[in-house]
Amino acid sequence: MTAPGVVLCTVLLAETISAPATTTRKHMTDIVEERAAVLAQQPMRPASPRPGFARGTATSLRDVLAHRELLGLLVRRELKARYKDSALGFVWSLVRPLVLLLIYYVALGQFLGAARQIDSFAIFIYSGLTAWTLWSEIVSVGTSSIVANAGLIKKVYLPREVFPLSVVGSALFGFCMQLIILVGATLVARQFPVGTRWGWFFLSLAVLLVWGLALALVLSATNVYLRDIQYLVEVCMQVFFWLSPIVYSWKLVHGVIQGTVWETIYLLNPMTLVTLGFQRAFWVAGDGTAYPPDLESNLWLALGVGVLALWLCQRVFARLQANFAQEL
Amino acid sequence: MARIPVVQVDDVSKRFVIRKEKSLKERLVNFGRSNLHKEDFWALRNVDLEIESGTTVGLVGPNGSGKSTLLKTIGGIVQPTSGEVRLRGRLAALLELGAGFHPDLTGRENVYLNAAILGLSKEQTDRHFDAIVDFSGIERFIDTQVKFYSSGMYVRLAFAVAIHVDPDVLLVDEVLAVGDEPFQRKCLERIRTFQHEGRTIVLVTHGLDQVAEFCDRAVVLEAGTVAADGPPLESLRVLRADFEATRREERERQMQADESRPRAQIVGVALRTSGGAVGRPVLRAEEDLTVAVEIESPTTLRDWSLGIGIATPMGTVLYQTNTELLGTPMGPLDGTGRFEFTLPDLRLGSGDYTVVAGITGVDGSEVHHVPEAAHFAVEADGSSLGPLRTSARFAPVG
Repeated sequence: MTAPGVVLCTVLLAETISAPATTTRKHMTDIVEERAAVLAQQPMRPASPRPGFARGTATSLRDVLAHRELLGLLVRRELKARYKDSALGFVWSLVRPLVLLLIYYVALGQFLGAARQIDSFAIFIYSGLTAWTLWSEIVSVGTSSIVANAGLIKKVYLPREVFPLSVVGSALFGFCMQLIILVGATLVARQFPVGTRWGWFFLSLAVLLVWGLALALVLSATNVYLRDIQYLVEVCMQVFFWLSPIVYSWKLVHGVIQGTVWETIYLLNPMTLVTLGFQRAFWVAGDGTAYPPDLESNLWLALGVGVLALWLCQRVFARLQANFAQEL
Repeated sequence: MARIPVVQVDDVSKRFVIRKEKSLKERLVNFGRSNLHKEDFWALRNVDLEIESGTTVGLVGPNGSGKSTLLKTIGGIVQPTSGEVRLRGRLAALLELGAGFHPDLTGRENVYLNAAILGLSKEQTDRHFDAIVDFSGIERFIDTQVKFYSSGMYVRLAFAVAIHVDPDVLLVDEVLAVGDEPFQRKCLERIRTFQHEGRTIVLVTHGLDQVAEFCDRAVVLEAGTVAADGPPLESLRVLRADFEATRREERERQMQADESRPRAQIVGVALRTSGGAVGRPVLRAEEDLTVAVEIESPTTLRDWSLGIGIATPMGTVLYQTNTELLGTPMGPLDGTGRFEFTLPDLRLGSGDYTVVAGITGVDGSEVHHVPEAAHFAVEADGSSLGPLRTSARFAPVG
């Protein structure tokens, strides 16, 4: 009987010090009853999302939407933390693609002579590079996003989709900076893209984001179970960089594998389409060169299939995330 | 008023698969035979639990009994293998303070981030911001990056954020033992306020005194199942008995390993008051209590001491003494020995008490220990609460 006695004593003490006991007590019971009444009206809900395959989509979407403010904060955390304490800060996020541009411009353009066949070679490369930088950041940083946030995932329940999504957000920020440089360069070269060109840009960007997010979701989830994935992704990114017409023109590929099944396969890669779409948008000097036929309809198709893939990947993610906390 | 269930744990089991291989190579090599390389571990097994609104429940149990897993299942962090957890109301989990803190961000930025992680909107955080900083007591450093914080400052800020989230159900895992003493007291006070506001608290802790002090109900988990569920007093008794059994087992194993260890045992403890009551006596004011202890030793017991103590039913030891402290060296004992301690005029408050007895070797090693050797009750005049009694006087001054 000692313990309840002790509690009672402390309660009495606390109440007599703060306010006259009777009013405080009445006030307290009011709060308690109010809370209980509010709670009684709420239905019981499952503690964690059930992995129903089709039904869960709406729940997942609602969950992520409810956490959009947190998503914004996570993006800002990424960005702020990345260049904190560095004197140049965000400038560094531009240096890397610019150095790459310089390397390719000198090595491929001048030494190997690619620039002789391609007008405005720098703008050509930089439109592809801008798209690729965004893509590779979404996919490779996205892949490790769940493992990198293990501390949070093991301790707090959040819709885990926010972590790959926040990677997309922070990658988009760097992308915007690069886009400003790209548009600036077109202005300097007096080849500013106008009119329907921006349609190519937005369509390609949509394809890139949908596929990028889909891959980031499914890879980040599988990476939890098999850490080899992140190294595999690194290697694949290298391969696919050269499998997209970023630093060489599609014309050259077309010349080699024209009409074969290899060309069809080459054009199935969404990033090939996206790169070509970006070039169509920003590489004004290249209007005369050949593009694959039906590029626009293929982009729309890629977008459609991409949305389906995104949905499938999200469902796989939802299924796999059930055991994240114990596997990390 | 009817109590409303806020957490329903319905036949929940959780299986962990312990895999011995992790890499792709090993999995490919062992493909098909992978069941040989797996081991099932049931962290929870058929746990049923219903928690009503406004109660404070302590989850206790030995290490690895599934307490934290159960808490994480309630928090939705771990999904049960079978069964279902359902809840209502807003839930906040304090599983690790500052889990969402980023070392490179300032305290201010981290407050917003952590509040968002715990489910607060920006406006709500704005509204509580001053209160949070005030509670944490680190105004001066709020715009410093948290990597320069001391661990105490870190925890203060994290706790301050956590308690300003307005949860209906609060899950707390072993985080109360942080910060310096004044801050700890502040935290405990806040938890009491939460209780008075009708919030539901589920607490995982090894601090059994804390459970006794705070909880209306204690659930003892043992190897993934509920071993006891009820008022803290009864549940803790089950848990302590279990701890004692584990300890005895360990001691017996040690004894078997080491033949030279003394094997003396306390075979009986009897109580007698100076008023003549025996058995489970009731001790009245100004009476003495005599504790008689009988020891049996199959081998010759050398260099030893005999000790007794008085504890509350919660296990808090109030008084302890032994022959060494009393300045009585014990000679060699062979066979049976009887000894008596007399405790004159025990000034204890009303309530039940237990007597603890033990034989200790000269090197401090435990030979035999009986945690609940005997029981007695105290009847006092009802002028005070708590285990200590004195004749208080009261008079207005001035």
